Amino acid sequence: MNIVACVKRVPTTDAEVKVAADGKSLDESGLSYMISFYDELALEEAVRTKETHGGEVTVLTLGPSSGTKEIRECLAKGGDRAEVLADPGWLSRDCRATAKALAAKLKDLGADLAFMGRVATDRDNAAVGPMVATYLGWACVTDAISLEIADGKGSAKRETEQGLETIEFSLPAVITCNKGLNEPRYSNLRGIMAAKKKPFEESPAELVENQASVSALAPPAPRAESRILGTGPDAVPTLIDALRNEAKVL
Amino acid sequence: MKPILVFVEITAGAPRRASLEALGAARATGAETVAVFCGDASAAAACNGAQKAIALGGDSSSPDALASALADAVKNNDCGGFIAAATSAGRDLAPRVAAHLDAVLFSDCTGLEASGDQLTARRPWLAGKVIADLVSSADVFCATTRLNIFTPSEDTGPDSCDAAAITAEPKARVTSLEAKTSARLDVQEAPVVISGGRGLGDKEQFKLLEDLSTAFGNAAVGASRAVVDAGWRPHSEQVGQTGKTVSPQLYFAVGISGAIQHLAGMRTSAVIVAINKDAEAPIFKVADYGIVGDALEILPVLTKAIQAVKAEA
Repeated sequence: MNIVACVKRVPTTDAEVKVAADGKSLDESGLSYMISFYDELALEEAVRTKETHGGEVTVLTLGPSSGTKEIRECLAKGGDRAEVLADPGWLSRDCRATAKALAAKLKDLGADLAFMGRVATDRDNAAVGPMVATYLGWACVTDAISLEIADGKGSAKRETEQGLETIEFSLPAVITCNKGLNEPRYSNLRGIMAAKKKPFEESPAELVENQASVSALAPPAPRAESRILGTGPDAVPTLIDALRNEAKVL
Repeated sequence: MKPILVFVEITAGAPRRASLEALGAARATGAETVAVFCGDASAAAACNGAQKAIALGGDSSSPDALASALADAVKNNDCGGFIAAATSAGRDLAPRVAAHLDAVLFSDCTGLEASGDQLTARRPWLAGKVIADLVSSADVFCATTRLNIFTPSEDTGPDSCDAAAITAEPKARVTSLEAKTSARLDVQEAPVVISGGRGLGDKEQFKLLEDLSTAFGNAAVGASRAVVDAGWRPHSEQVGQTGKTVSPQLYFAVGISGAIQHLAGMRTSAVIVAINKDAEAPIFKVADYGIVGDALEILPVLTKAIQAVKAEA
């Protein structure tokens, strides 16, 4: 099976972020990066699918020019080859342009299954997966927490506010992965050594112009001054009074 | 401005609160608002804020076929906008609709402003560490609205309802729904969220949060990443950058120190109460009100106090 894990490089989740002097973009100085949390699940599921059904796992990313250690790390965790769609403007690329570039590459690769994270933890847009599937005319399951593939078909479960949905779908398909689907493995020394010899290709991303533009970027409005009301259970009446008469939420 | 089409989810014959908020957000821009929903036309009148309604007939079990019908409805009604609530269904459908319309999507918006014909979406990035104002050059402005942010309209929905049909060949279908056994609200929908962390000591102590939640009657229990990773609570309850982002009217952080990833997920709550043993915990910096002390002693007293308040009301 021809399997693709689409991953994105994002600022680390513990990062304090600042707005750049232009008031419209992120200050990149001092940022360090990681593979988006949910994309780690996508990679793991791709590798597990290969282990069960055979085939090859391509790690695909739209990002900065090659050699990034985060993509090598994906090869150390079981990806067979990497394809970087190089985009100098990757940090501000919008979901539509990203989806079109990934869709074109998935078509070229002749993929049967593409795994992505439920959401990238930078833009929090959760749009690229279903957009890619729609551009390609493929099936798509979002937020999957379980997956089975057999005979060119699949079955997945996702949690909604109403309960647990089971979805049956045809291949090819895009699956976006939620926590609970698997426990990603760590890389080991053998994997890291093997990764150095794996194919790592870079080509310019086929890009359309962004439709989204940022008119302003700002830190969140500061919250009102906090007040410590007291210590232990004795402070409860003060809290009730504050919630009732000051905050008016009771 | 061209009309805005709003996807409305119907449960038990009536629009979901989240969909009414999405309709309210669309209506507040001043655009004509068109509600589109699956099922019986009788739901139209309850689509507050809509001037027009469309009931989609046919099998609604395929997200791809439904998205295709929604995109057709946008085109057939010459709409300049498409909005859905950022629910499981809305977040699943909206990107597909946007792709059919070849338009960019702004997910989980916390603000929507109209200036002339131009709509600006406000949405958090990096789980709220920064807030972006965004404009779209697409023919159709596509967005989903965060729950508990927008106000439903007081104008009742239209008396009449048009019909359209879901006709595309499905590539995926929902074949079953195992309904939730607990009647508890989802953390993203509940007006009150009571979250617990490691400071509670062990898994069993979450019972105290459940009791408090029951006393409120309209609350959901949430959890920090640490306790979800420890297997104390399910991921569906996790609040934070790798869980859910919530904006309730009232948020309790109990035994949660307030790592930046957690703050990112609850910072937009209207009122925040923190209960923690450690007076220096970062959670007290974002909380409106704090109580320093042992949550296991404080919670039963708080639950009784809330029961008393509710009994009066």
